[in-house]
Amino acid sequence: MAVMQYREALNLAMTEEMERDDRVFLMGEEVAEYNGAYKVSQGMLDRFGDRRIIDTPISENGFAGIGIGAAMVGLRPIVEFMTFSFSYVAFDQLVNNAANMRYMSGGQFSVPIVFRGNSGIAGNLGATHSHRPEALYAHFPGLKVMMPSTPSDAKGMLKAAIRDDDPVIFIEHENLLGDKGEVSEDPDFVVPIGKADVKREGSDVTIITYSRSVITSLKAAEKLEEEGISAEVLDMRTIRPLDLDAILNSVTKTHRAIIVEENWPYCGIGAGVADRIYRAAFDELDAPIQRVTAKDAPLPYNRRLELDMLPSVERVVEAVNQVLYR
Amino acid sequence: MAHAQTEAKPIVEREQALDWLRQMLVIRRFEERSAMLYQRQKIGGFCHLYSGQEACAVGSIGVLRDDDYVITAYRDHGHAIARGMDPKAGMAEMLGKAAGCSKGKGGSMHFFQVDRNFMGGHAIVGSHIPLAAGFAFASKYRGDDKVTLCFFGDGAMDQGALHEAFNMAGLWKLPVIYVVENNMMSMGTQLHRHSAVLDLTQRGGPPYGFSASIAVDANDVEAMAEVTLEAANRARAGEGPTFIEAKTYRYRGHSMSDPMKYRTKEELEKARERDPISLYEVVLRERGWVDDESLELMQAEVKEQIDEAIRFAEEAPEPELDEVYTDITVSPYIPQE
Repeated sequence: MAVMQYREALNLAMTEEMERDDRVFLMGEEVAEYNGAYKVSQGMLDRFGDRRIIDTPISENGFAGIGIGAAMVGLRPIVEFMTFSFSYVAFDQLVNNAANMRYMSGGQFSVPIVFRGNSGIAGNLGATHSHRPEALYAHFPGLKVMMPSTPSDAKGMLKAAIRDDDPVIFIEHENLLGDKGEVSEDPDFVVPIGKADVKREGSDVTIITYSRSVITSLKAAEKLEEEGISAEVLDMRTIRPLDLDAILNSVTKTHRAIIVEENWPYCGIGAGVADRIYRAAFDELDAPIQRVTAKDAPLPYNRRLELDMLPSVERVVEAVNQVLYR
Repeated sequence: MAHAQTEAKPIVEREQALDWLRQMLVIRRFEERSAMLYQRQKIGGFCHLYSGQEACAVGSIGVLRDDDYVITAYRDHGHAIARGMDPKAGMAEMLGKAAGCSKGKGGSMHFFQVDRNFMGGHAIVGSHIPLAAGFAFASKYRGDDKVTLCFFGDGAMDQGALHEAFNMAGLWKLPVIYVVENNMMSMGTQLHRHSAVLDLTQRGGPPYGFSASIAVDANDVEAMAEVTLEAANRARAGEGPTFIEAKTYRYRGHSMSDPMKYRTKEELEKARERDPISLYEVVLRERGWVDDESLELMQAEVKEQIDEAIRFAEEAPEPELDEVYTDITVSPYIPQE
């Protein structure tokens, strides 16, 4: 084990997989000579050369499609979106080509590709650069969506994504990139796709969440503990396919659930998760599920307003109190 | 424009030439019978027919190697057949049958055949053009000398995906040949109403540093073959992409649901005077490679082949209902219901 940043763990995952498999390469804007706009690919050009670490023009639709084409004929591309907000420029490639290719070819072509980059509410970036696209991509059969919350998960989950034979949308969080944690240096350490993780055990309420909201929820759980409430924090890790068993196991234990995400509320991740809990385990619930989301508005530039959009510790505590009828 | 068939020495041997003529006849018959099946509602969805453009697919694909890649847009039946797809698999796909080339999940616009490196029929205009650059990127990455041949219509010239892919193909000197089948119509919008510049060779190659940008009479199958072969040789030699403007004409509407009110009967009749199949028959007669008897025999064989394909497709079973959940992911698929 070594202590490293989330961004270093992502770098290590890509580096190990590229050393293991020559078919893996990284392309995107500024990933090579600039060492990555967010320094996730620091040093990789020096290590692998410009055949495998490839700077692209600012042409998301084009290079996403080139990655998909390369994957269709047997390479294993990692395509970085500088921020995931820019993936919308390539939306057609991701949803019409990557998601559909296997199906509409009757299983003849697969697309083993990872689209990765950061997203999330952070840094006064205003409405265009702060998108949380996971609900959009999780909507499409054929795509897998993963969002790590810790450096350890960042490494293990990205390795699983690179090794997977299907297209994976791998969304990092801008505010987690500098977080430090213990990370396995075992090159075969992999966190499987579709496996949720109990980040904190508890018995009174389940907080279902992912990405940065895991950190917020853990802080909330500490605060709740001071008030004598035992909260379980369940990190979904993979948004699609959902680890419903893990969610139901926890809800069956605590009988109360809240869902915390940075998404907008309508048709957000929590909407889908709550629906599945209600239909699978309604009788287990002692209270209606509460949701903590971003407010239903575009992201404002102003710092005070931006912070107000975020699911805060206080809002998580308040939602827990609601399901406990306190 | 290049006119190979006016040259003294043909670029193909007799056997190859007869094969190309037969392929064009197969495509024509496949399409005309498809129109009838569409009218009888045996074929659903959109159905874009290729009649009139046969020489384009047959001449260009005809000079490729088996390990090269071919990709096209939604008007894909002709390219698939030219690439060696059995018309049975194509017709079964049109009828949505499990024996179809895409198991009945693709339909008319989404023909695929992996073992011929036929990389599909793609139905979003321009969306497949970056994929072609991706295949070519993979060839360069691996250091093999496979070439990618990518077809699209003149309407796709107006898409951003084309511009982005062309820029990277030129920048990285990818081994790809881009063929715009300029049938002068973007659905129902004539070229002069959708393109600011009418000479597509100016829009295609030069702005992106391609090795060449060539216009060709695509009713002339051997001219099409010649420019494609030259482009493939340049690509294999590491000289990068070629842009080919294949000037052609479609006899049918954009799709079967198009009443074609945007053009006159006279225009269509004039176009038919330069029918690519008739033109090639004349050339092959002049060379003494066909005569009335051999042409009639070939036509009868083609008719029987397509009749057989239709019989096969009509008798083939429907996909099982649980097939809706197969072929979504390589790993076991969990419906999120």
